[in-house]
Amino acid sequence: MDTFASSTPSSSRELIDSVVIRFAGDSGDGMQLTGSQFADSTALMGNDLSTLPDFPAEIRAPAGTTFGVSGFQVHFAGHDIKTPGDAPDVLVAMNPAALRVNLRDLKIGGLLVCNSGAFTAGNLKKAGYDKSPLDDGSLDAYRLLKLDVSKLTLQAVEPYQLGTKESLRAKNMWTLGLMMWMFGRERESTVEWLRQKFAKNPHVADANVAALNAGHIYGETAEMPSGIGCYQVPKAKLAPGVYRNVTGNEATAWGLLAGGKLAGLELVLGSYPITPASTILHTLSNLRAYGVTTFQAEDEIAAICAAIGASYAGALGMTSTSGPGLALKAEALGLAVATELPLIVVDVQRGGPSTGLPTKTEQSDLMQALNGRNGDCPLAVIAACTPGDCFDMAIEAVRLATKYMTPVLLLTDGFLANSAEPWKIPDITTIKPFPVQYRRQPEGFHPFVRDPQTLARAWAIPGTPGLEHRIGGIEKDYDSGNISYDPDNHHKMTKVRAAKIAGIADDIPLQKMEQGEDSGDLVVVGWGSTYGAIAQAVMGARRSGLKVSHLHIRYMNPMPRNLGELLRNFKKVSVPEMNNGMLVKVLRAEYLVDAQGFNKISGQPFKITEIEAEIHRMLGVQAQAPAPV
Amino acid sequence: MTPLDPPSTPLTRKDFTSDQEVRWCPGCGDYAILAAVQRMLPELGVRKENTVFVSGIGCSSRFPYYMNTYGFHTIHGRAPAVATGVKLANPDLDVWMITGDGDGLSIGGNHLMHLLRRNVNLQLILFNNRIYGLTKGQYSPTSLLGKRSPSTPMGSVDNPVVPAAFALGCGGRFVARAVDTDAKSLIATLKRAHEFQGTGFVEVFQNCPVFNDGAFDHFTARDLAAETQLHLEHGKPMRFGKDNTKGLRLRPGKLELEVVTLGEYGVTEADILVHDEHNHTTAFLLANLEPPAFPVALGVLFNSAAPGPSFDHGMHEQNRQARAKGPGDLNALMRKGHTWLVEPEPT
Repeated sequence: MDTFASSTPSSSRELIDSVVIRFAGDSGDGMQLTGSQFADSTALMGNDLSTLPDFPAEIRAPAGTTFGVSGFQVHFAGHDIKTPGDAPDVLVAMNPAALRVNLRDLKIGGLLVCNSGAFTAGNLKKAGYDKSPLDDGSLDAYRLLKLDVSKLTLQAVEPYQLGTKESLRAKNMWTLGLMMWMFGRERESTVEWLRQKFAKNPHVADANVAALNAGHIYGETAEMPSGIGCYQVPKAKLAPGVYRNVTGNEATAWGLLAGGKLAGLELVLGSYPITPASTILHTLSNLRAYGVTTFQAEDEIAAICAAIGASYAGALGMTSTSGPGLALKAEALGLAVATELPLIVVDVQRGGPSTGLPTKTEQSDLMQALNGRNGDCPLAVIAACTPGDCFDMAIEAVRLATKYMTPVLLLTDGFLANSAEPWKIPDITTIKPFPVQYRRQPEGFHPFVRDPQTLARAWAIPGTPGLEHRIGGIEKDYDSGNISYDPDNHHKMTKVRAAKIAGIADDIPLQKMEQGEDSGDLVVVGWGSTYGAIAQAVMGARRSGLKVSHLHIRYMNPMPRNLGELLRNFKKVSVPEMNNGMLVKVLRAEYLVDAQGFNKISGQPFKITEIEAEIHRMLGVQAQAPAPV
Repeated sequence: MTPLDPPSTPLTRKDFTSDQEVRWCPGCGDYAILAAVQRMLPELGVRKENTVFVSGIGCSSRFPYYMNTYGFHTIHGRAPAVATGVKLANPDLDVWMITGDGDGLSIGGNHLMHLLRRNVNLQLILFNNRIYGLTKGQYSPTSLLGKRSPSTPMGSVDNPVVPAAFALGCGGRFVARAVDTDAKSLIATLKRAHEFQGTGFVEVFQNCPVFNDGAFDHFTARDLAAETQLHLEHGKPMRFGKDNTKGLRLRPGKLELEVVTLGEYGVTEADILVHDEHNHTTAFLLANLEPPAFPVALGVLFNSAAPGPSFDHGMHEQNRQARAKGPGDLNALMRKGHTWLVEPEPT
């Protein structure tokens, strides 16, 4: 927001191209709702946007503490954007703890909106301040807007006689109203949402609407300090079509339903609640009409085993989880590989090891996904790179699982799961179906009779006369499917299981460059949710004349046939990952290229500037001075 | 014709026998159970293609390979979860779950608990030989206190679980017991489990001649059986003994069973407790009876009079309700809520 510096009268909005706002407050302050409502109204204004929720693992951490701070960042612009933004231009801090935790990210010269009403002696102490930073000049580097939002909210909702505690809950709506004024957002969608949410308590809805409007009116009428005005962000040029905001977990759930429909199969989801995957279970549990049966199992193991049982019986079994849950499912995944049953496993990765950082994002399950089982146990692994891509990759998971009779592991992560982006809603009637054929003919049947092309075994389901058979985790004879302990047969079966998965490479798109030429000085290779940050960083580097390309892998196993060749076309290969170096090891091992890892393991997505700096470091060029604020 | 209709031509024991060589140790009690099941299935009038055997890991879990039906030999302890998935996908399948004391009560105890409380509509046969066979003789969760085994050379110090009591405690609505070699009562009990709409739990005392030979001889030996076995029949007095003169009654003033002899101390037929298989409390008392003080209670210990709908029935009923207005339209769903139209750029 480089044009933010000048003061303008609120009657004429200043045009700016992009803004990053972070709403931060106590986990009970409703910041997630505030942020997502702001994002919704922003989408309706036709801006491109990206969001990043950041919340503590505790449901209600002690009020006022730094570890109870919850944040929601929205980046919106009049052009195509790919990340929730690096540093906020605007920070809304609802209490001292929120200021303490988030101030270091705010751009110098950025706008800081603080609820002075919450800067009480007690709250200051809990946040570790000896005296109020609002008054001691320590915030002089920012444009500070001090408002007693608590008091202003109480005044606004007074007519509704809610009691102080209940009334104060509306202060997030007051703040939202102010920010909507500042950036010219329409309030209608939020009003509608409030009326729906509080349909049973209309006076609570009225109070919240009043607070929202009061915040807006405050902006219109109050004399703002110099340097603070109101702004307009033009519409982004998006491809024509009907759009909505979608989070990765929503898109995953819908993609699975779409996949089931395209395959002509009933779905059975076995799942056990785990952050940040649970919303896939919740979403699908509400969509039983769409051909899915959802089962909250007693644990992660039962969840996948029920899915395997369902696939055995002719439905498509699926399970959704996160890292610790995937660890528990390892043995059952081996059973699905050995029995060659279709199965979808969605792993919404989070910080590890062990319980790790349940609400933070990471990409550290790649090795577990590729190798985390006993025995030679290959399966297909694919990874989504944006919230909307989760939909496409979920469909792809279903296609591969049913065509190749194999478990498919779909990797997403906490960032994709919870962040939203405008998404051009696909028309599933235009997607090519891939109907599944069960085996019906008894002639020549045995349970491991294979399709010569795909090497997939026949799917013969209980209830089919003449095809009664037994399968299990014990090695099977290649020619009869019966139990076999024969040494040569085990060698052959191990090879054929591997060849089946490797052969999928002929059935997936060749690797394309996201940006740049097929050869050059440096290729930045990403996978998963780092897509946006890498894309923006490479775009910037290319604008400054560097010979950098961006390649993003969605098929982790097998990898595209031409990947090694592409990598070898570049002098240098950089692999940014939100882990301590996983894809980089795979690339080095598979393709003998001198790929260099660039790792961030903080539970937070990469910033564009971090990847830009790494590009400059790799190429040995001086970074350009950052644009003046 | 539905999958639940009997086959058009009656089947025989041979029809249910697979071509695979049975590989249990000579003299294993599993042979008797296999034979009983293969004899029983034709009598039930079920279709082979509609019958599924699901097992975990262990000697008993090899069972499905010997049945000429659908079969799934899964992983250790997880058969209840796999079987639940089978029933979620297709509730019309007739599922038999095979497990053992180690598979079902040790590594798989958690899943067994949830299967029972959910009341998934299937039959479960728990082969209890009080030992780990396939791993060569370690003690199991049903081994008696002090059991010497390769892993407990000084004797085990943990108390065993009583499978039937466990099943009752987990909310099992049908709990029964039988002895491997008593084909007649085993078949009768399995048939009752099959009739039950929900989880029909049947524990079978099964002898392991290699690692725990004679574990149940104290009540299964021919000369002892009459004095040590109580064969339960709903509505009949609980009598046993060589001359059928012994019986169980409630100890006056206490919620306890005691053994009495007809004719002694003025005990008459009227004093003997009549078996009410719908009574959960007496079922629990019966499950815990042990020789030498008591006989072992066999047959149907508990058969809930109001089992409620099975889990799979409940889930499919919800599916039916959710789809009452026709299948959901995914395109419409994705367009619900806030959407906006981006118009093509004017050219």
